[in-house]
Amino acid sequence: MNEIAAPTIEYGQLAPMLLVFGAAILGVLVEAFAPRYMRKAIHVPLTLLALVGSFALVLVQVFVNGVPTAPSAMGAVAVDGPTLFLWAVIAVLAFVSVLLINDEDNFVAQASAVPGSIEEEDAEVAGMSQTEVYPLVLFAVGGMLLFAASNDLLIMFVALEVMSLPLYLLCGLARRRRLLSQEAAVKYFLLGAFSSAFFLFGMAFVYGYAGSVDLSAIHQALPNVGGQDTLLVVGTALLGVGLLFKIGAAPFQAWKPDVYQGAPTPITALMASGTLVAAFGAVLRVFWVALGGFEWDWRPVMWGVAILTMVVGAILAITQTDIKRMLAYSSIAHAGFLLTGVIATGGPEQNQNALSGLLFYLLAYGITTVGAFAIVTMVRDAGGEAGHLSRWAGLGKRSPMLAGIFAFFLLAFAGIPLTSGFFGKYAVFSAAVAGGVLPLVIVGVVTSAIAAFFYVRVIVLMFFSDPAADGPSVAAPTIGTATVVAVAAAATVVLGVFPEPMLDLANKAAATLFVR
Amino acid sequence: MPWLSILIAVPVLGAVGVALLPKGADKLAKQVTLAVSLIVLALTIVMAVQFSPGSSDRFQFVETYPWIPSFGVNFGVGVDGIALVLIALSAILVPIVVLASWHDADAPNAKRSVKAYFSLLLLLEAMMVGVFAATDVFLFYVFFEAMLIPMYFMIGSYGGAQRSYAAVKFLLYSLFGGLLMLVAVIALYVIADKGTFMFPELIGAISDPNTQKWLFLGFFIAFAIKAPLWPFHTWLPDAAAQAPAGAAVLLVGVLDKVGTYGMLRFCLELFPDAAKFFTPLVLVLSVVGIVYGAIVAIGQTDMKRLIAYTSISHFGFIAMGVFAMTANSAAGATLYMVNHGFSTGALFLIAGFLIYRRGSHHIQDYGGVQKVAPILAGTFLVAGLSGLSLPGLSTFVSEFMVLIGTYERYVVPAIIATSGVVLAAIYILWMYQRVANGPTAETVQGMPDLDRREKWVIVPLLALIVALGFFPKPILDVINPAVDKTLANVSVTEHKPAVPAVAEPKGAGE
Repeated sequence: MNEIAAPTIEYGQLAPMLLVFGAAILGVLVEAFAPRYMRKAIHVPLTLLALVGSFALVLVQVFVNGVPTAPSAMGAVAVDGPTLFLWAVIAVLAFVSVLLINDEDNFVAQASAVPGSIEEEDAEVAGMSQTEVYPLVLFAVGGMLLFAASNDLLIMFVALEVMSLPLYLLCGLARRRRLLSQEAAVKYFLLGAFSSAFFLFGMAFVYGYAGSVDLSAIHQALPNVGGQDTLLVVGTALLGVGLLFKIGAAPFQAWKPDVYQGAPTPITALMASGTLVAAFGAVLRVFWVALGGFEWDWRPVMWGVAILTMVVGAILAITQTDIKRMLAYSSIAHAGFLLTGVIATGGPEQNQNALSGLLFYLLAYGITTVGAFAIVTMVRDAGGEAGHLSRWAGLGKRSPMLAGIFAFFLLAFAGIPLTSGFFGKYAVFSAAVAGGVLPLVIVGVVTSAIAAFFYVRVIVLMFFSDPAADGPSVAAPTIGTATVVAVAAAATVVLGVFPEPMLDLANKAAATLFVR
Repeated sequence: MPWLSILIAVPVLGAVGVALLPKGADKLAKQVTLAVSLIVLALTIVMAVQFSPGSSDRFQFVETYPWIPSFGVNFGVGVDGIALVLIALSAILVPIVVLASWHDADAPNAKRSVKAYFSLLLLLEAMMVGVFAATDVFLFYVFFEAMLIPMYFMIGSYGGAQRSYAAVKFLLYSLFGGLLMLVAVIALYVIADKGTFMFPELIGAISDPNTQKWLFLGFFIAFAIKAPLWPFHTWLPDAAAQAPAGAAVLLVGVLDKVGTYGMLRFCLELFPDAAKFFTPLVLVLSVVGIVYGAIVAIGQTDMKRLIAYTSISHFGFIAMGVFAMTANSAAGATLYMVNHGFSTGALFLIAGFLIYRRGSHHIQDYGGVQKVAPILAGTFLVAGLSGLSLPGLSTFVSEFMVLIGTYERYVVPAIIATSGVVLAAIYILWMYQRVANGPTAETVQGMPDLDRREKWVIVPLLALIVALGFFPKPILDVINPAVDKTLANVSVTEHKPAVPAVAEPKGAGE
C-alpha cells in the first residue's frame, strides 16, 4: 500500500477564514435547532462576532505572527500582505453590511410564499422572517475571503461558487417588489453560472498548457512550455471572462444594474463592496501571479476592456432614473478605473505602487458604497424604498442632514478633493501614469468628468429642486443603519483629509507583493 | 507665527461655528460671519505689514508640514508679492460681500437656510486664501478643485431662476478642466521624479520641450476655463448672472483670478519653453476675448450678464499681460487682477442693489434712476467708469501698463487690444444711460436710495478704486519684485528696472 502523506495545513494563517465558515455552519445549526422566535437574537451577535473575530485574527496574524512569506495549505491558499489587507477590508465591509441586514424590513417574511398570495400575507401578519439570511451571508463572506486568497485555480473556482451561490439566493429575498427581486436572482444565477462555466473551461485550457492549476506552477511554465500558446491564450481569455463578469467589467456588465436594483438593498451593499473587493483580489492573483510574465498578450485586451468599462459605466449611468441602477453603473465605471491600476504593471516597485493604490481605492470605494446604499434604504415611501430619482427631489429641504451626507458620498464617488474617493483615484491614476498607461488615465479623467455629471444631477435634485407634494419620507434610522452611515461618512472624511496612515498600511501590505 | 495657516483655519472654524448655530439664529449667523471675516481681514493686514518686498527669499511666511509622504505631498504655504495682493483682495472682498449679502439668503428664498449660505461663504474664503498661498502643486490642486463645491452650492441653492442649470454648467466646466490638470499634475510628479510636489523644487525640473508642451496644455486649459479665456468662457455669463450678487463678486472677482494667477505662477515658471512656444496662441485667444467680450457685452439686455461679458474682455487683458512676459505687462496684469476684483465687485454689488429693489435683471426695466436714487446712480457711474478704465481710477493704471508692456514686444496685439478700451466706453456708458438717465420709468418711481448698510458696502470699494488710481505705488512695490523673479525663472531677458513707466498715471496716457 502506498502511504498517502497527510497535507500540512497552517490553521493559524487560515483562521480568519475558518472562523467565518465555522460561524456559518453554526448558523445553519441554529436554523435547525433553535426555536423560531430566538433565531434572530442568536444570529445577529453570532454573525457580528464572527466578523469581528475574523478581523481581529487578521490583526493578530499581522502584528503578532508576522506576514507569511510562503503560501499555506500546500500552496493552495496564499496568505500574504495583500491578502491580509483585503481580508481586513472584506471583514469590515461585511460587518457594516450585516448591520444593515439587521434592519429586518428589507427581507421577505417567507421566501417560499408566492408573491401576492394569502400565504405571504399570513407570514407577514405572523411576523415571520427568513433568518437564513445570516448564515448565507457568512458563507458568502467566507467565499469572498477565500476568493481573494486562493493560490490555485481549483480553489479559486470553489471560492467563486461558495461566494456566489448564497448571493444568488439572497438577491431573491427582497420584501417588497418581490417579482423584481426574484427576476434579479434568476438573472444573476443564470449569467453567473455561465461565467463560472467559462472560468472552469478556461482553467481546463490552462491546465492543458501548464500541467497544473497551481498559480505559481503556471507562472513557472510560461517561459518553459513552448508550442502550446493557443491553449494558454484561449485559457486566459476564458478565465478573464469569468473574472471580469464578477467585477462587472464591460462587456460583461449587463447583470449589474438589474441585480443591484432587484436585490434587497443591504445585499446590494454587500455585493457592491465585498464582492468587488474579493473579485479584484482574484483578478490580481490570476493576472499578476499566474500570468505575470504574459502581460504582452493580455494587456491589449485589458486596455480595451478598461476603456469600454469606464465609458459604458459613465455614459449609461446618465440615462438611469433609478438610484440603485445609477449606483450600479457608477460601480461599473469604478471597476474600469480600478482596471487601469491592474494594467499598470512593471518592475517590482511599479507593481507595489499600483497594488497599494488599488488596495486603498478598494477600501475607500467599498466603505463609501455601503454608506450610500445605507442611505438608499432610509428614503422610503408607501411601496418601500423610493428608488425613482424623481422621488428624491427636494430631499435636501426635508432632511438636510441625510441629503448632505449622501451628497458628500456622491462627491466622493466623483473624486472631489478632500474626500476618500479623490485619493483612491489619485493613487491608482498616478500608478498608472508611472506604469506608462497615460492614455488610459486620460480616458479615465474624461469619463470621471462625465460621471461627475450624474452624481451632480442627484445633488441638484436633492438640493435645488422643490420637494414633491407627496414625497418620500425618511425613515428614522435604526441604530445599525445610523452607525453604518456615520462610519462610512467618517471614513470618507478621514481618508480624504488624512489618508497617510492608511496609505502607509496599504504600501506595507503591497511591499511583499503576492507570494507565489 | 504661522500666519497663513491661521488665515486658512480661522474661516474654516468660523464656517463650522456658523453651521452649528441653532436654527433660527439667522441674524447671529450673519453677525458671526461678518466678525470672522473682519478678523481675517485684520490678520491679513497685520501679515501684509510684516511682508518685506525687497527680501531675497522667493516666498515669505513659509510653512511646510508633511501631509501625505506616500505621495510626496506637503502642506506647503508661503506668499510672494503676487499671492499676497490676491489674498488681500479676497480678505477685503469677503466682509464687503457678507455685508452686501445681508438679505440675499432670506426674503424671497425664505425656504433656504441662511446660516448655510454664510457658512459656505466662510468656507470659500478659507479655500481662496489656501489656493493663493499654496506652494505645493498638489495642495494648490486640492484647493483649486475643492473650492468649486461651496460656490456650486451658493449658485445652485441661492441663485436666480436658472440657477441649477448655471451651477451644473459651472461645476462641470471647471471639473473637466481640473481633471485634465490632474493628469498633468500626476505626470509632472512622475516625470520630474523629485519625489515632491513643492513648487520651488519643481521649477526647471522638466527640460524636454515636448513634455513641457503637453503638461503646459494640461495646466493651461484648466486655467483658461477658470479665468475664463475665449473660447472657454460660456459658463461665466450663466453662472455670474444666476449667482446671488455677493457670490458673483467672489466668483468673478476672486475665483476666476485663480486661473490667471495659475497661468502666471505655474504655466510660466514650470514650463517656460512651452509658455514661449504657445505665447502667440494665447495672445490671439486673449485679443479675441478682449474684442469679443466687449462686443457681446454691448448687446446684452441683462445687467449681470453684461458685467460678466465685460469681465471676459478684462480677463483677455490680464492673460495678454501675463503672456507678453515683459516686466510692465506682467506687473500690470497682476495689478489688474486686484483692480478688476474691486471694480467688477462694485459693479456687481450695485447691480445687485438695483435688482433687489426693482426685481428685474433687464436693463430695459429701468430708466431715470438718477432722479429717484442719486447716490445709487452716482456710485453706479463711478464703478462703471472704473470698469471702462477712466484715468484716475485704479483699473486705468493696470490696463495702461498691460498695453504698454505688450506693445514693447508684440505691437499688433497691443494695438488691436486698445479697441477694447473704446468698446468699454460704449457698453458701460450705454448701460448707465439706459438705467439712470432719461425719464424716470414708472416702475422705478419711489425706489429708495442706498441705506446705511449699503453705503458701508460701496464706500470702501470706491475709496480703494480712487486711491489706487492715484497712488498704486504701494501695491506695485509689492508686486514688482515677485514679477521680476517670476520672469527671471522664465529666463526672459528683461532689461527694465522695477519702476514702471506709470508711476505717475495721471500724466502718462493722455
